[in-house]
Amino acid sequence: MMLEIKGLKVKLKEEDKQILKGVDLSIAPGTVHAIMGPNGSGKSTLSYVLSGKDGYEVTDGSAMLEGADLLDMDPEARAAAGLFLAFQYPVEIPGVGNMTFLRTAVNAQRKARGEAELSAGEFLKIVREKAKSLKIDADMLKRPVNVGFSGGEKKRNEILQMAMLEPKMCILDETDSGLDVDAMKLVAEGVNALRSKGRSFLVITHYQRLLDHIKPDVVHIMADGRIIKTGGPELALEVENNGYADILAEVA
Amino acid sequence: MALAKLKTDTTQARLAGLVLPKGAGWATAARADALARVQQMGLPTKRDEYWRYTDPASLTVAAAPEAAVFVNDETPLFDAVDRIKIVFVDGVFDADASDDLTGENVQIERLADAMARDIHWAKDLYGVLETRSQTPVERPLAALNTAMATDGVVIRATGDVARPINLIYLHADPKSDVALHNLVKVEAGATVTLLETGPAAARLSKVLEVDVADGGAFHHVRAQGRDHERRAVTHCFSRIGADSTFKSFTLTFNGVLTRNECVIEIVGNDAVAHVAGACVGDGGDFHHDDTVFVTHDALNGESRQVFKKVLRNGATGVFQGKILVKAGAQKTDGYQISQSLLLDDDSQFLAKPELEIYADDVACSHGSTSGAIDEDALFYLRSRGVPIDEARNLLTLSFLAEALDEIADAALAEDLRDRLEGWLSRHR
Ligand SMILES: Nc1ncnc2c1ncn2[C@@H]1O[C@H](COP(=O)(O)OP(=O)(O)OP(=O)(O)O)[C@@H](O)[C@H]1O
Ligand SMILES: [Mg+2]
Repeated sequence: MMLEIKGLKVKLKEEDKQILKGVDLSIAPGTVHAIMGPNGSGKSTLSYVLSGKDGYEVTDGSAMLEGADLLDMDPEARAAAGLFLAFQYPVEIPGVGNMTFLRTAVNAQRKARGEAELSAGEFLKIVREKAKSLKIDADMLKRPVNVGFSGGEKKRNEILQMAMLEPKMCILDETDSGLDVDAMKLVAEGVNALRSKGRSFLVITHYQRLLDHIKPDVVHIMADGRIIKTGGPELALEVENNGYADILAEVA
Repeated sequence: MALAKLKTDTTQARLAGLVLPKGAGWATAARADALARVQQMGLPTKRDEYWRYTDPASLTVAAAPEAAVFVNDETPLFDAVDRIKIVFVDGVFDADASDDLTGENVQIERLADAMARDIHWAKDLYGVLETRSQTPVERPLAALNTAMATDGVVIRATGDVARPINLIYLHADPKSDVALHNLVKVEAGATVTLLETGPAAARLSKVLEVDVADGGAFHHVRAQGRDHERRAVTHCFSRIGADSTFKSFTLTFNGVLTRNECVIEIVGNDAVAHVAGACVGDGGDFHHDDTVFVTHDALNGESRQVFKKVLRNGATGVFQGKILVKAGAQKTDGYQISQSLLLDDDSQFLAKPELEIYADDVACSHGSTSGAIDEDALFYLRSRGVPIDEARNLLTLSFLAEALDEIADAALAEDLRDRLEGWLSRHR
């Protein structure tokens, strides 16, 4: 399996609040899974816990990336192992240029994997080409990371990072929210260009619209910290047409 | 009164046995005047309002505390820059280690030589800006420097001075107690860059008086050395004329005590004065104080004060900054920001920003903040594979960037950034 999550239970570190109540999820290499679910059901929490954000405590269960224990690794080690999260709310970093940020990240990962760092010239060539296909202009590359970027620009910047880092397991947390129709197409094209046998995706979204462009193999419904239903692409259509009420009632 | 007694005792103990150096008539008079000012003002004590956050005792005590010489194999700062090198070892000019004191559009002399001459332009500058700067706030340690200093340089720029002048202050004797006094006169339309690097002494008192005539430009980049135990009190006094530019940046590493005072008086219209500083300090012994006073006494003046401090393991940072806008100094644009990045709960930053404005058509703003590393930004970087230490350094450097951006010359700024990166990777 690319990603194998078993019985994952997570509470907040500071509060006695259980958020994930036993999540099971297996993602095979080369497949695209989607997660949908009501606000507050724990989708972002799952993505944060997988990428190693502080503030959460895993009380039970496991998460493995290609057989390696993710929960045992620092966030940077998870990234080097091939995990990538496109944030629901990308972070602004004043004072750090976007280009510097990208180059630092790419080279840090290459170093962690024992590969040679890219020269400034090589890096520039690759980044320009990928930025162009996402309609990210030179100015956005020069500016501090995400500072003053519009909502849609931030999301495209996430996809640019993903394209540069070439991860194996990509988690996209509501990358479609805040995107206009054209930007959505660009992002979907960016994702589809990365689809390959060895790379898997977990796409968190509220809307069928994105899934029209990025066709999922499997769709999960998450509610109250659990995956309550799993099906094919038709499940997303059902949610789009009827909302969650029927599904929630069905499992209750 | 106990307060007066402490001051008197401190002053008398320091001045006991002090013999003023000899020089030409004007120099002797300037020194005697300065000594009289010291006696009249008295040396500072920790009870003085202006020294509320910084205890001056080790700066005023007669016998300077020793400071171990810090040996390191770093290449000298600005090594790749084509510059005129002037070397002082423990405050004494070293002719053999220095370049020829000649350059196009500039006259450079040793202070001692200038002060031995009966007729010299230095007469109209030595101690003059220092004296002007004694009101409204007294700066007795600067007057003491004027009384005692024997070495330093006097620089007169008459045109565009292409090569920066680098004063290199080496520290070799753990007991050295040094007073250096430098003068820079920038004639109308002239431009000069002054670089100052190194720790200079176990205890350093340094005064720099800078007179910038109309249309002149003075650029100043300074790096105070890495010696851990050194102490320094420095004063920069500057008067700048119409359409002139004054830009000063100081980077401070380590040292147990540093007090940098910068006093700028804008006397001509449309002038620009920027003073900035970055410091990095590690440990409870580190105390760094920036005290700045900018006076606007002309139309359309622009001033900026940008100070950033990175403090860890119980280090202390102080900022006292004032913008004084005199009546009639309309259209003044004054800006002041002081910020600290506290890397732990033991470190502290004390700030006293002040505005005093007597003109009605001005735009002045100031701000001061203390904060920790942004955890969200740190996680974001780590989630992209950047190791935690590297991510912290990147965020710390980005915090300091606004101050470093004040350096006009990109190559000089890059040199300092590299040193900062080195310091940060040694102090984790
Ligand atoms: N750090 C936190 N402090 C307090 N509550 C938290 C924290 N993180 C998550 N929660 C709570 O946990 C629950 C799940 O939040 P999460 O962000 O994972 O939901 P989500 O499924 O991503 O929702 P949305 O669709 O709105 O993005 C919510 O009730 C949220 O308020
Ligand atoms: Mg969410």
